[in-house]
Amino acid sequence: MGLFDRFKKHDQDRLEEGLEKTRTSLFGKLDRLVRGKDTVDDEVLDELEEVLVTSDVGVKTTLDIIDRVEARVARDKYVSTKELQAMIRAEIADLMLGDSAERPAGFDAPLPHRPYVIMVVGVNGVGKTTTIGKLAYRYKEAGKRVLLGAADTFRAAAIEQLDIWAERAGVPIIKQKHGADPAAVAFDTLQAATARDVDVVIIDTAGRLHTKGGLMDELAKIKRVMGRQVPGAPHEVLLVLDASTGQNAIRQAEAFTESVDVTGLVLTKLDGTAKGGIVIGISNEFRIPVKYIGVGERIEDLQVFDRRAFVDALFK
Amino acid sequence: MFESLSEKLEGALKTVTGQGRITELNIATTMREIRRALLDADVNYQVARDFTERVKEKALGGEVLRSVSPGQQLVKIVYDELVHFLGETHHGIELAPVPPTIILVAGLQGSGKTTFCGKLARYYKRKGRAPMLAAADVYRPAAVDQLKKLAESIGVPVYALEEDGQVVQDAVRVASEAVAEARRNARDILIIDTAGRMHIDERMMQEVQDIKTAVEPHEILFVVDSMTGQDAVNTAREFNERLDFDGVVLTKLDGDTRGGAALSIRSVVHKPIKFASTGEKLDALTEFYPDRMAQRILGMGDVVSFVERAQEQFDEKQAARLQKKIRTEEFNLEDFYEQLQRIKKMGSLKDLLGMIPGMGRQIRDLDVDDDAFKHIEAIISSMTVEERLNPQIINGSRRRRIARGCGLEVHDVNQLLKQFREMKKMMKTMTKLMGKGRAVDLSALMGGR
Repeated sequence: MGLFDRFKKHDQDRLEEGLEKTRTSLFGKLDRLVRGKDTVDDEVLDELEEVLVTSDVGVKTTLDIIDRVEARVARDKYVSTKELQAMIRAEIADLMLGDSAERPAGFDAPLPHRPYVIMVVGVNGVGKTTTIGKLAYRYKEAGKRVLLGAADTFRAAAIEQLDIWAERAGVPIIKQKHGADPAAVAFDTLQAATARDVDVVIIDTAGRLHTKGGLMDELAKIKRVMGRQVPGAPHEVLLVLDASTGQNAIRQAEAFTESVDVTGLVLTKLDGTAKGGIVIGISNEFRIPVKYIGVGERIEDLQVFDRRAFVDALFK
Repeated sequence: MFESLSEKLEGALKTVTGQGRITELNIATTMREIRRALLDADVNYQVARDFTERVKEKALGGEVLRSVSPGQQLVKIVYDELVHFLGETHHGIELAPVPPTIILVAGLQGSGKTTFCGKLARYYKRKGRAPMLAAADVYRPAAVDQLKKLAESIGVPVYALEEDGQVVQDAVRVASEAVAEARRNARDILIIDTAGRMHIDERMMQEVQDIKTAVEPHEILFVVDSMTGQDAVNTAREFNERLDFDGVVLTKLDGDTRGGAALSIRSVVHKPIKFASTGEKLDALTEFYPDRMAQRILGMGDVVSFVERAQEQFDEKQAARLQKKIRTEEFNLEDFYEQLQRIKKMGSLKDLLGMIPGMGRQIRDLDVDDDAFKHIEAIISSMTVEERLNPQIINGSRRRRIARGCGLEVHDVNQLLKQFREMKKMMKTMTKLMGKGRAVDLSALMGGR
C-alpha cells in the first residue's frame, strides 16, 4: 500500500479536519444585518451544498435547492442572515409533501376506512418489524383496536419477532408457520379483522431488495389479495427507509412504488448521526409524504413526521 | 439520474480531445464530474474531494494517448486509483495457532450481522473446520431464535443462554461462556453475533468493548450495509475507535447500490474489506474484490478491458456499419447472429454486456446465461434467410417449424424474438442516452479512433 502510506499522514489530518468541521460558520453565525440583498454569496452556497450533500440529500436535489434559494432571494430580497436562513429552510421544507386527510398520520385522527389497512414494505434490515410494533402501540394508545398480520414468513424468526412486539403493544396477531404463503397470511388477517371488528390492520412483509423481480411480484400479489378481502385495501402502503441509507434509497422508492404504489414513507434510525436527507428528493420526486420517523429502540420511539423540525435538524 | 461516469466524461471531455496534454484548465469540468459521480455513489463529501484532488495530480501533464479517448484515459486513472485505494490484495482471516479462533462480529442495527454469522459459519464448515456460533444479541426480539434457525439449517452448534425460556440479558457472560463451551467441545472457530447498536449509544458501545476485553477475540469484523450513505464515515470511525476492528464486511451487495461507502470507510479507518455478502441465502458470501468494487462505484463497467477485447474482434469498418444499422433500426437477426459469433470469441456474454458503459445496471436485472447462447444460435440457424432479415414475418406456423428444426419449444422461439425486440429497443435507448440526437459513438467502444 505504498501510495496509501505516503498520503496517510498529511491527507488523513486534512480529512479528519474536514469531517470534524462543525456546521458553525454559516448556520451558527451571529445574525448579521445586510442591506436588502438579492444574491447569495458563493461562500454561503458552498456551505449549503456541503450541509446538504453530507446529509445524503444527493447532488441533484442539492442543486435544485440551491436554484430555488437563488430564485427566491432574487425575488424577495433579505435584510439579515437570519432571514436568509429562514428562506433556505422554507425552500427545503416546501419540497416535501404534507399530510393528507385521506391517509392521516396522526393516531387520533378519524380513519377514513374501517378496517384501515396498512401494508409495510422495504428492503432488508431497515426496521419494518420494529416500526410495526411501534405503530401498533401508538394506535392502541389512541384507543384503536389493532390487529397485526405476520406476512414475513421468509426470514428466520421474523414471526417470533413480530409476536414479541405484538405482546409488548398488547395487540393480537395472525400468523402461520415459517415458509407459509405470505399472501394467504395477509388474506387471513383481513378476514379476521372483518370478523373481529378491528379498526387498524398492519401487515408485515419480508424485507426484499428492490432489484429482485420475483420477490417484488410476490409483494404485488400480497397487495392484490388484500384488495379482494377488503375493498380498497391496503389503504396505506408504507415504505420504510433507513436514515443511514444513501442514494440507493431513490432506487428503492422507485421500485417499490412501481410494484405496490407506495403512499407514505417511514424514516428509521434517526437517533444516530445520519440525517436521512435522501427523503427530501424522494418525497418531491415521487410525491409521497414522509409519515413517521423512528428515533430509538423503545416502543414509544416513533414520531409523526414534522417537516420543519426535520429541516432544522439538518443544520444542527 | 445516475448516468455512468464514462458517459459524463465523454461529454465533459469534448474540450480535451485534440489537445496533446491534460492541463489544469482542460480538466476542471471533468474533475467536477468525477466528484459528482463519486457523490452519487455515496462516497463521503470530504473523501470525494480529496480523492479527486489526488486524481488530478496524477492526471496533470499526462500525455493523452491516441488509442483511447481522453475521457476513457481519465476514467482509467480514476479506476486504478480506486482499486489501489480499496486495497489491492485480498485479506483473509488468520486462524489462531491455538484454537478456537474467536471472531467477534459487530455493527449497526439491520446491517446484516446475524445472516453474515450464519454465512461465515457455513464458509468454515465447508472448509472442513468445526465452527460454533454464539448468540450474544440478547436484546432484539427473536434474535437468538434467528441465529438458532440459521445454525440448524447448516448443522452448526450455537451457544445461547436462556433461563426459564427467557434470554439472559448478559452479552458478556454469553460470549465468555461460549468460549469455554467451544474449548470443551473442541470447536476450532467461534463466531460471536452481537446486538446491532448505534455508534453513539454509550452504554451499548461499552458493552461490546466489554465483550472484547472478556474474550480477547482474534478477529473483530465490522459489518456494514453497502447502501450506507454519508454517515458511513461516522459509524466506522466510532466503531474503530472503540474496537480497533480488523476488517470490514460489506453486505447487501446483491442490490444495485454503487457502494461508495466502501471507499469512505477505507479512507477513514484504513482497515481491509474482507468479505462481500450478496444475498439472503447462506451460500451468498464472497471474498472482496477491489477491482469489481471500483467498477461498481464508478458505475462504469470495465471500459478498459472492453476496449481491449473489442479491438481484437471488430474492425473499424464493421463497427461503422453496425452503428449505422442500429441508428436506422435496420438491425436484424442476421446481424445479431453475426455479432454473436464475434462476441462469443470475446468471453462470457454477461461479462461483456456489463462492460458496456451505462449497461451495467440494466444488465443486472436481465437473466443472461451463456448456455442461452447455444439455444439462440440453434434457433437462428433454423430460420430462413428471409426470416432473419425480416423477423416480423415469423408467424405461428413458421415458429412451429423453427422450433422443430432446432429441437426446442415454440415458446423458446417466442422468447428469442421477444428478447431481440427488447434488445433493439435497448439499443435505441442507448443511442439516445449517449448521443442525444447524434449518432452513437460505438466506434469508440468497439475500437475505432
